[in-house]
This record gives sequence, C-alpha cells and structure tokens, in this order.
Amino acid sequence: MRIGVVTFPGSLDDRDAGRAIRLAGGEPVALWHGDHDLQGVEGIVLPGGFSYGDYLRAGAIAARSPIMTEVVDAANRGLPVLGICNGFQMLTEAHLLPGGLIRNEKGSFVCRDQTLRVESSSTQWTSAFTEGEEIVIPLKNGEGGFIADTETVARLEGEGRVAFRYLGYNPNGSVRDIAGIANERGNVVGLMPHPEHAVEPGFGPDTRAAMRSGVDGLRIFRSALEGVLAA
Amino acid sequence: MPTIVVDVMPKAELLDPQGKAVAGALARLGSSRFSGVRIGKRFELTVDGAVDDAVLDEVRGIAASLLSNSVIEDVVGIRVQEEAAR
Repeated sequence: MRIGVVTFPGSLDDRDAGRAIRLAGGEPVALWHGDHDLQGVEGIVLPGGFSYGDYLRAGAIAARSPIMTEVVDAANRGLPVLGICNGFQMLTEAHLLPGGLIRNEKGSFVCRDQTLRVESSSTQWTSAFTEGEEIVIPLKNGEGGFIADTETVARLEGEGRVAFRYLGYNPNGSVRDIAGIANERGNVVGLMPHPEHAVEPGFGPDTRAAMRSGVDGLRIFRSALEGVLAA
Repeated sequence: MPTIVVDVMPKAELLDPQGKAVAGALARLGSSRFSGVRIGKRFELTVDGAVDDAVLDEVRGIAASLLSNSVIEDVVGIRVQEEAAR
C-alpha cells in the first residue's frame, strides 16, 4: 500500500513519517512540493516542520505549492490525507479543514509527551482505535492553538468531527481542548501532536511497562492502510 | 514607483500572545499608561506602473486570499502611498 509523504522546503519530519508508514506495513513514497504528480499513491501525509520558516503564517505558503492542487483534488475524491502539525496548518490554509492555528496561548514552544483521547473512530485515520481510548504521543509546536468561530466548533462537535482531544493538560490553549479534527467525509484528518514519533519501541514516549516503549502513533497509520485494503 | 500598503491585524476577539508579551514588558519598564498592545502585519507592495482600479481590485483579492487568513485575521487597511509621501 503506497502512501505519499510530501516534502516542502523546511519540512522536518518527512523521513520520520515515511518510516512510520513502513513500520505500519505500508510503502512510503517521497513526493515533492514543486511537482504536479502524486505518483499514484493511495494516501498522503503532509508532515511536520517549519515550511518556509513559518513566514506569512504557518503553512500558508506551502498550502499554495504546486502539488497542493493535486492534494486538494485527491482529498475531494476521498483519498486519505493526514496533516501532522505543520501539515495540519497547511490543511486549514488550503481550506480542506475548517478553523485555524495560532500561537500558543502562553507564547512558548511546547514539547512533551501528550495524552490524547481518541474521540472518533469513524475517520480513515482513527478506525483502528476504540472511541474514548487514551493514547500518548509526542507534541512539539509553537503555533498549535486551534481556533474556529462558535458555529464551526459546534458543527465539529455535533458531527463527531473532533478526532483527538487533549487530556489532562491543554498545551496551547486550543478551543475545547481540540488536538485534531476531520473533514465531513472523514478522509482528511489534521492533528498537532506527532504520531510518527511513537511508532517504534525504544524511541517512543515512556509507558508504565517500559521507558520509551510507547507506539500509540502506529495505529493512526494502520487505520489508513487497513481502510485502503478493505476498500 | 507607487507602493500599496496592506495592514492585517489578528482578529480583535483573539488572544494576541505577542502583543500581550510586549504589554508586559512595557509595564515592567515603567510605561504603565498603556493597557494593551496588539501586533499586526504591514505589507508594502511596490507596483510596476500606475495604480488604477484594476490594480486595487487585484490587491483586495490578494489581501483576502493570501496576505490574510480570515479565520484568524482581518485586513484593516489598503491604501496607496505615493513616493513623495514617503
């Protein structure tokens, strides 16, 4: 199952995302922001980083890259698209997801292992979870405060499109502790925390069982892979 | 060459952590009369040629679609600044 990972100028976690796809059982395909070619992939990850140095607004310039024309088309056709951190910011800037992300409430960059509650298992990137399940994956951002107008937030909540919620601690002042959301169809998901950093024992967050053994991020990638196989 | 100035501000109802940090610094430095600071962006677009309605329309479009994100910001001003005025 081939999943594309787009590299933009300033992407940092594109290789980690590719590695996560491989560990989840898929085949990562490197895609380039300046191309108009998705190379026939069956899913797309927009990785984290600081594309264009966060100039203008985080993700704003990358969201208008050549390849984003194809990404938007593919998303509208129902292809699974995941935006992680800077990728989430791009998805809002490309209007594939509602709302926006602003500087953290306390003004500082936050890096921590973050507990999340999986609020919906009906998206293409969360189908391998049980609703209400608690997971721990790393979070690292300076502009992760999710905001949207009251009407949009009510619609996201009402339609079950809040995919992940911060649990115990809201690191960036996101409205209603929202960590990740989905589009109406459930194929496009964006989240600020980094599932690709919790995919391999020895390199993930600490768990009660052992240090750095957390691999909760793996199932996000498995969800899409299993969904594509089942389709 | 004329310059078109576009001003963009974070939406009034949103917290502006940058402005808040500067306001805190002002208070520490003894400037206590300022109750708030908000920080926005100013874009200067240099125009190759004369500014007519078509150019201004294009700038309004650019300001709404690229220079600002209406979810988090407002375009608060678009004006032409002639060279002599600078």
